[in-house]
Amino acid sequence: MSDRVAVRLSVNGVPREAEVPARLLLSDFLRDHLGLTGTHVGCEHGVCGACTVLVDGASARACLVLAAQADGTEVTTIEGLARDGAPHPVQRAFERHFALQCGFCTPGMIMAAVELLARDPDPSDDAIRTALGGNVCRCTGYLPIVAAIRAAAKPA
Amino acid sequence: MKPAPFVYRRPASVREALDLLATTPDAKLLAGGQSLLPLLNLRLATPPVIVDMGRLGGALDEIRADGGELVIGAAVRTARLERDPLVREHAPLLAVAASHVGHPAIRNRGTLGGTVAHADPAAELPAALRALDAGIVVAGLGGERRVAADEFFLGPLTPALGAAEMVTAVRVPVARPEDRFGFAELARRAGDYAYAGAAVRLALAGGVLRGVRIALLAAGPTPLLARVAMAALEGQAPAGGRLAEAAMLAAERDCDPAGDLHASSQYRREAVGLVTRRALDEALPGYAAGGPS
Repeated sequence: MSDRVAVRLSVNGVPREAEVPARLLLSDFLRDHLGLTGTHVGCEHGVCGACTVLVDGASARACLVLAAQADGTEVTTIEGLARDGAPHPVQRAFERHFALQCGFCTPGMIMAAVELLARDPDPSDDAIRTALGGNVCRCTGYLPIVAAIRAAAKPA
Repeated sequence: MKPAPFVYRRPASVREALDLLATTPDAKLLAGGQSLLPLLNLRLATPPVIVDMGRLGGALDEIRADGGELVIGAAVRTARLERDPLVREHAPLLAVAASHVGHPAIRNRGTLGGTVAHADPAAELPAALRALDAGIVVAGLGGERRVAADEFFLGPLTPALGAAEMVTAVRVPVARPEDRFGFAELARRAGDYAYAGAAVRLALAGGVLRGVRIALLAAGPTPLLARVAMAALEGQAPAGGRLAEAAMLAAERDCDPAGDLHASSQYRREAVGLVTRRALDEALPGYAAGGPS
């Protein structure tokens, strides 16, 4: 019995291997071990959504996943959305619609939005609000975030 | 904050997991982690050993019909319960209750077995299972036993599970054509723990209500059956006045909610009446008349 564990996973398409403390959270593994600091740590108990990533395509709070549990999975972070240097449509929409101010909630918001739009390409405003209900923003008042996601769903 | 150090094991079979639980004092099972990880991160729980169920696979991931029951493996994620065609057809109350659990990211990771074993009185799925008169399949080294949902939740966070036992499946009676279902909860913000919630299953046959089950969440130390309200409806024709009366009985006679930081006991009691009425109205659309909703 040991309190270190070997993990092998894919992060943004790149295979990664490490031996980590068993108690290491996925959020801290991404930030501290891989240098992917786009995933933000807010409440560390699953309430704020700032740490939202995709695990095998499904949104997850990285603070509520042990790095050990992510063994064998494909994790996508905010850093993994751009293609050939071009921002993801959701990222572009957030920029165009002023959907961020301090930016702390933004990666989590975008990952949650990416999951929503993959499942529901033309969501109603209600569906957008419900899907993003687990992501807290202190700056924007949410309206521009909803507008950005609506715009990303139906590109002009 | 970060979890306190622990020894981590990831068994490859239920048998191996049970052996670990039997031989390791104070070992804690990790399923979806959506209830356990917050406790670990806040250091409200500091188990010396964590047994990760993530690789147990097999039957724990299955949903299948067996006789008159739907058998759902303990590792099935809440999000899958929302969407699975077998669940939506044969146990629609579970699918609806699942859609009220937290937020999408929570539902993607949390499991049915995990929320059942965690036995939070404010959780949606345990209440839905009581409303459905479901059976909880518990595995131990000596074999499997079945515990009725009505007997499984002993107190807050206290399931009827021995130290070397684990939930492996839930068995739910398949919905019959005459069955009707309703679910409602009231929370300050979507995804918050509810002030009160109600899960209803009843049958409407020959113009009369049969097999009425109303389970309340966040109204007491466990999910509660609103037995006085249920008795008032059993064998009666549905009518708005009766539904309003049942909701009032659920609030006044079937629970004694404690007040806390989030809501006073009187507020919670009124919330119980409201959600019971809404759940009954959902189960019996067209029969609602009068009373607050």
